[in-house]
Amino acid sequence: MGTTETRSENSSRLDRRLLLERLSSYWLVGAGLFAVALFGLIVLTLVQRSLPVVAEHSLLEMVTSANWDPAADEFGFLPAIVGTIYVTALSMAMGTPIALLAAIYIAEYAEGRTKVLISSFIDLLAAIPSVIFGLVGLIVVVPFVGDYLAPAVGAHSIGLGIVTVSLVMAIIVTPFMISLSVESLEALPDELRESSLGVGATKWETIRTVLLRAAGPGIFSAILLGFGRVFGATIVPAMLIGGQTAIPESPFDAGQTLPTLIVNDFGELMSIPLTQSALILVGLMLLVIVWLFNFGAMLVRRRLQRRWQY
Amino acid sequence: MDRYTEQRLFGLLARASAALVLAVLALVVGVTLYRGGRVFVTDPAVALTPPGSRYMLDGGGGFFHAVLGSIYIVVPATVVASILAISTAIYLQSDYSSERTSDVINMFLNVLWGTPPIVYGVFVLTLIIAAGAQTSLIFGTVAIAIFQYPIMTRYADEALRSAPDTVREASYGLGATRFETARMTVRAALPGVIAGIIMGFARGIGDAATVLFTAGRSTQMPGGPFDSATTLPILIFEQASSFNAEVRSHAYAASFVLIVAVLGLILVSKLLAGRFARFAPGGRHS
Repeated sequence: MGTTETRSENSSRLDRRLLLERLSSYWLVGAGLFAVALFGLIVLTLVQRSLPVVAEHSLLEMVTSANWDPAADEFGFLPAIVGTIYVTALSMAMGTPIALLAAIYIAEYAEGRTKVLISSFIDLLAAIPSVIFGLVGLIVVVPFVGDYLAPAVGAHSIGLGIVTVSLVMAIIVTPFMISLSVESLEALPDELRESSLGVGATKWETIRTVLLRAAGPGIFSAILLGFGRVFGATIVPAMLIGGQTAIPESPFDAGQTLPTLIVNDFGELMSIPLTQSALILVGLMLLVIVWLFNFGAMLVRRRLQRRWQY
Repeated sequence: MDRYTEQRLFGLLARASAALVLAVLALVVGVTLYRGGRVFVTDPAVALTPPGSRYMLDGGGGFFHAVLGSIYIVVPATVVASILAISTAIYLQSDYSSERTSDVINMFLNVLWGTPPIVYGVFVLTLIIAAGAQTSLIFGTVAIAIFQYPIMTRYADEALRSAPDTVREASYGLGATRFETARMTVRAALPGVIAGIIMGFARGIGDAATVLFTAGRSTQMPGGPFDSATTLPILIFEQASSFNAEVRSHAYAASFVLIVAVLGLILVSKLLAGRFARFAPGGRHS
C-alpha cells in the first residue's frame, strides 16, 4: 500500500513537472515570436497611418519639394533630407578614421592594464545619455564653432548649426564604432600576425595588409551600424541644429534633419491630421532606411567574409 | 617614405587618435560633472524639491518631479522588458527553436536594436491617438520597455550562449525537463544576465526621444499612471537652452544627477557580475 502511494505521488509530481514544461514552452515560444510581432506591428501601424498623406501627395513630390508649410498643405522633406545627409556625411567623415586608428591602437598596440582600462572606459561611454552630449555641446561646442571655427574658415555662424551637430555626433558615434571594430580585430587568430611578421612585414604592414583585410567585414559592418546611429539621432540635432526650414547653403548654417522635423512639429501640429500623417511617414522613412543600413551591413559582412577570408 | 618611417608615423597616428578620443570623452564627463556639480553641491535640495507653479519661467522650486517620473517610468519598464528579454533569449537557445528560426528572429532583433528611439516614440504616440488616450506615464513606460527589449535580449542571449554546455548536459542527463534545464542555464549565466538588465536600465533612464511625445512633459509632480509625467532627460532637453539662468542651471544639475546615476549603475553591474559569478553553477569558484 505504501508503494502505491509513493508511486501515485511520484506520478502526480511528474504530471506537475510536465504541465509546467508545456505551459512554459507556450510562453517561451510566444516570447520568441514577440520580436517578430513587435516589428510587424510597428511597420503596419506606421504604414497605415502614413497612407493619408501619400494618397494626397506623391512620395516623389514630397521628397523633392523644399517647401514645408503644413498650414498651407505643403509637405516638402527636401531641406530635412539635405540636412540629414550633411550631418551623417560630416560626422562619419570625422569619426571613421579616428575610430579606426583608435581601434587599431587598442587591439594591436595597447597592452595589459592600459588596454583593459581604455577599453572599459570606452564601453562605459556608450551608455552615456545623448542628452548629456547635447548639453555639453551647448556649453562647449557652440561657442567653439561660433567664435573660433567659423571665423577661422571665414564663415559666419551663430554657433548652432550643421557643423556643431556633426562634431557632437562624431563624438557620440566614435566609441560605438571603436568597440565593434576592436571586437573583430581581437577575434583574429594570432597565427595571422605571426606568419605575416615571420615573412618580414613590419607591424604596420601586417595591420594594413593582413589584419584590416581579415577583420574587414566586421569593421565594415561597424561603420554601417555607425551610419544608422547618426542617421536616426534625434536629441542632439534637436538641441544643436538651430531649426531652420530652408535648404542650408553652407555647413555652418542652421538646418533640420528628419528626426528634428518630427520633434519640432509633432507637439503643435497633432490637430492637423495630414501633418500627423506626414510626420509618421518621416518616422517610417527613418525605420526603412536604418533597416536597409542594417541589412546591408549583414549582407556585406557575409559576402566579404567569403572573399576576404584567409 | 620607407616602410619604417611609415610604421612609425602610423603607430603615432594610432596613439594620437586613441588619446584624442579619450581626451574628448573625459572632457564631456568632466564638463558635466563640473558644471552640474557646481549647481548641485551648492543646493542639493533642488533634486528633492517639487517644482513651483511657474517652474519653466522662473525655475522656482526643484526638479523632484523629473526624478520621480524617471523612476516611475523606467523601473516598471525595466521589469517588463527584462522578463520578456530573458524569455526570448531562452527561446533562442537550441532547446526550443531550430537554428533557422533563431536566425530569423535574431535578424528581427538586430533591426529592432538599430531602430532609432524616435521611431518607437512615434509608434507609441500613434497607438495613443488610435486609442483616443492622452500622453501619460503609462505610455512612457510602454515606449521605454519597447526600447529596452532588444538591448536586454542581446545581452541575455550572449550571456546564455556563453554559459558552459556542461550545465545543460548534466541537467538533461539527470532527466530534467527543458524548462528546468533553462532555469539552470539562466542561473549559470546570471552575472551576464544581470549586467544586461542593468545596462538596459541605464539606457532606458537616459533616453529622451522615446518619452518626449509619450510621457507628456508635465511640470508637476506625477500623479497616477494615467497622468502626464516627465523624466530627467526630457527636463534637460527642454531647459538646456532656456533664457532664464536659473532654469538652465537646473538642467545642469539634472545632468549631474543623471550621469552619476548612469555611471553608478554600470559600476554596480560590474561589481554584481563579479559577486554572482561565485554562486553560479559551472562558474568560477573562488
